[in-house]
Amino acid sequence: MVKRIMEKFYVGLILLFLYAPIFVLIVLSFNQAKSRSKWGGFTLHWYRELFKNKYIMNALYTTLIIALLSALIATIIGTVAAIAISSMRKPPRTILIGITNIPLLNADIVTGLSLMLLFVALRFTLGFTSVLISHITFNIPYVILSVMPKIRQLSPNTYEAALDLGASPIYAFFKVILPDIFPGVLTGFFLAFTMSLDDFVITHFTKGPQINTLSTKIYTEVRKGIKPEIYALSTLMFIAVLLLLVIINRRNADKKDTIKKFD
Amino acid sequence: MKLFNITNTKTNSSSNKNGGSSLGNDKVKWLSLPYIVWMIGFIILPLLVIIYYGLTSGNKLKNLFTLGNIRLILDPTNFKALRLSLELSLISTLICLLLAYPLAMILSRSRMKSNNFIVMIIILPMWMNFLLRTIAWQNILERTGIINTVLNFLKLPTLNIINTPLAIVLGMVYNFLPFMVLPIYNVLIKIDKDVVAAARDLGANSIQTFLKIILPLSIPGVISGITMVFVPSLTTFVISTILGGSKIILIGNVIEQHFRVGNWHAGSGLSIVLMFFILVSMAILSKYDKEGEGGSLW
Amino acid sequence: MKRSIVLSALLMILMVALTACGNKSGEKVYVYNWGEYIDYEVLDLFEEQTGIEVIYEEFDMNEDMYPKIESGAISYDVVCPSDYMIQKMIENDLLQEINFDNIPNFKYIDSSYLESAEEFDPGNKYSIPYCWGTVGILYNKTMVDEPVDSWGILFDEKYSGDILMIESVRDGFAIALTYLGYDLNSTNVAELDEAKALLKKQYPLVQAYVIDQVRDKMIGGEAALGVIYSGEAIYTSRENPDLEYVVPKEGSNIWIDAWVIPKDSKNKENAEAFINFMCDPEIALRNFEAITYSTPNSEAWNLIQDEEIKNSPVAFPPQDVLDRCTAFRYLGEEMESLYIQKWNEAKSE
Repeated sequence: MVKRIMEKFYVGLILLFLYAPIFVLIVLSFNQAKSRSKWGGFTLHWYRELFKNKYIMNALYTTLIIALLSALIATIIGTVAAIAISSMRKPPRTILIGITNIPLLNADIVTGLSLMLLFVALRFTLGFTSVLISHITFNIPYVILSVMPKIRQLSPNTYEAALDLGASPIYAFFKVILPDIFPGVLTGFFLAFTMSLDDFVITHFTKGPQINTLSTKIYTEVRKGIKPEIYALSTLMFIAVLLLLVIINRRNADKKDTIKKFD
Repeated sequence: MKLFNITNTKTNSSSNKNGGSSLGNDKVKWLSLPYIVWMIGFIILPLLVIIYYGLTSGNKLKNLFTLGNIRLILDPTNFKALRLSLELSLISTLICLLLAYPLAMILSRSRMKSNNFIVMIIILPMWMNFLLRTIAWQNILERTGIINTVLNFLKLPTLNIINTPLAIVLGMVYNFLPFMVLPIYNVLIKIDKDVVAAARDLGANSIQTFLKIILPLSIPGVISGITMVFVPSLTTFVISTILGGSKIILIGNVIEQHFRVGNWHAGSGLSIVLMFFILVSMAILSKYDKEGEGGSLW
Repeated sequence: MKRSIVLSALLMILMVALTACGNKSGEKVYVYNWGEYIDYEVLDLFEEQTGIEVIYEEFDMNEDMYPKIESGAISYDVVCPSDYMIQKMIENDLLQEINFDNIPNFKYIDSSYLESAEEFDPGNKYSIPYCWGTVGILYNKTMVDEPVDSWGILFDEKYSGDILMIESVRDGFAIALTYLGYDLNSTNVAELDEAKALLKKQYPLVQAYVIDQVRDKMIGGEAALGVIYSGEAIYTSRENPDLEYVVPKEGSNIWIDAWVIPKDSKNKENAEAFINFMCDPEIALRNFEAITYSTPNSEAWNLIQDEEIKNSPVAFPPQDVLDRCTAFRYLGEEMESLYIQKWNEAKSE
């Protein structure tokens, strides 16, 4: 019994540690004073200001579009590559997987700087495209790693059966393989989306002056003091994701229950 | 955010030794072409460029091969920064491990309906921008911050953590703790309950069961966690900038500063040194890799 | 479930695609300025009046800005460096002459500032002053009992942990050199070493090295003493009345930030239109009121309503203060890297 309480207490402490800064940020979004270090009373002012601030809205828009595009392209390239890699013999496969691991294991600062140097060496203007390319690059591995295990679980027989029954390879792919690996593809997509959304370091080094993502916008504001609108925006985003996850979780739980009933 | 247990792919690939394809079609291989082109263009080539920059002098008249940029690491200020980075990231990794292992144990034994839920609570904070979360720590730790206001109110002596190495360690532990918890948790939930029960039946007490069964089986997760905490801690410049008040200079800050003021060759040289340390930790990782079965996050 | 996710993703793409086809007239001007160094609404006004789209980027240090211009990876049209950096850019042939016919509002810039600008831009060919000010100490009256009139207080162990030092090589050395009685443009290695030793002794006393963060930290009462640019002082004492600004008796640095046009600017006329707009008295006044950095625009000064601000010794210091201040000169590449090296040495334990 004592052990159970101790355990609960420990988990509680860690969760407090993980969530304390989030509470601070949420509280700050209601702070009337502009400066971070003063409490000036409760207000919803910043939530109204937020939608009028075109710099923040632009940054939000850029962040979302880059996350969406990079996740989408990475999902396509990555899924196709995962299928191809699974069909390879061991030596080339090991090499390819090793290279796939590089962006995962390498330091963000090195990845970002090396891409920046490449773009400059190629006289490629830093801007939206360079950030997009960089995000796709570090997103592909996440997709491959999500899809790969699902491909291994595939039974080759169904695919061959489809071919035997006269399906074209492409038709068979869409009708037989894709539905089976789809959960992995979806996971890869959302993982890539999250990674892109949260990235700061790589964007910082590969971006040009025209664009700011939320991360780089926040970084430029670190020195002069973060604008309270930013706190308001991230509170909104956080709550949106929280709700989304709770809903998905509920649904999954429901689904599991129904499956159990059928067993 | 590197959430994957890296050991995963390799174990998987080695489990498929005969190289038999699940799709059994040789033409399928060629589908990897766009990916291979992309990787060569944006992973291999950039690394070659940074190595080229690191090994050349950058003199416009005679751009010659030199080890000078790499030797910069021996410069006392840079060397101190590297040493401090290594120290702080090792300490943070250790603290993360000590905090995460018991947590993962407790979570893996809990009778939660879905694993996703647990993973979710650990990851959820990451949806708040990482810079903002670190800035929030500034508010908490400052001399007039939340902790000290409470301490003052209770008439207790105040803490002076902000702008010290301690604040940076705290920032690292905070930001990277989930990367330690998740891989360990993923390994622990896969341990066969029957094996543990068998050990108990054969008379092992809980400490023996832990040392002989659970700990060895969880090593791959631990190793993954260590790499995923150690590398970003070693190379960060953001955490030290925000929580260190520019008083604490880490190797990441040195490199960032070189690039900021336009010393690309010097910055690249030091990046090569950094890559060396990353390679070493990767090599250690792959050594332990063969022994166990890692699990991926989702 | 799956379908709804796919659908919402498609919807998002569609939305994004629709908003992307916004208005673009094509005319642009790339502006590179200090952080929060303008009234952002002024940019909207400029866009409305001229139809030129402003692409606005910010930097925090002259030393960060320079390599971006030099590398040419991005071609900016208008940049706002400080005096000594402008000199360096002129010497390294990175700037082009401004066509003053396109800047009729130039006449509002007070001639005394143009005279000072001759120091770094002989003949006033390349630059048009935007803001100016001094460097001084901001202190919290509730935390410091003694009168503050000397840089010496920044090296006093009594205030250990209560000092916010400036994170800028030239400014940092200027403080140490001036306190030691040397010229802040010193190129004498022995003097620099002495200054470095002083800064190294100061290191353990310093709470943090900052530039712009000094503002928030001083307002919040995080520290007793901070090094700050005069322009921030009006804002900070407005937010926290306990804060006071002083230019130490040993002297200090006086600086001018001015608009320049880089050599590889692709929209020179737009750049000149932008600078001209910034020199408009009404606009200069708006900027002054937003950022509280002293304006060299004499007509804008006339328009200031608040008598207290208009005659503020912080924003517009009296002659005796100006007399003990010196401007930075560019000291050449070799000296520059020596300064940086010594600064890094002073700051490592």
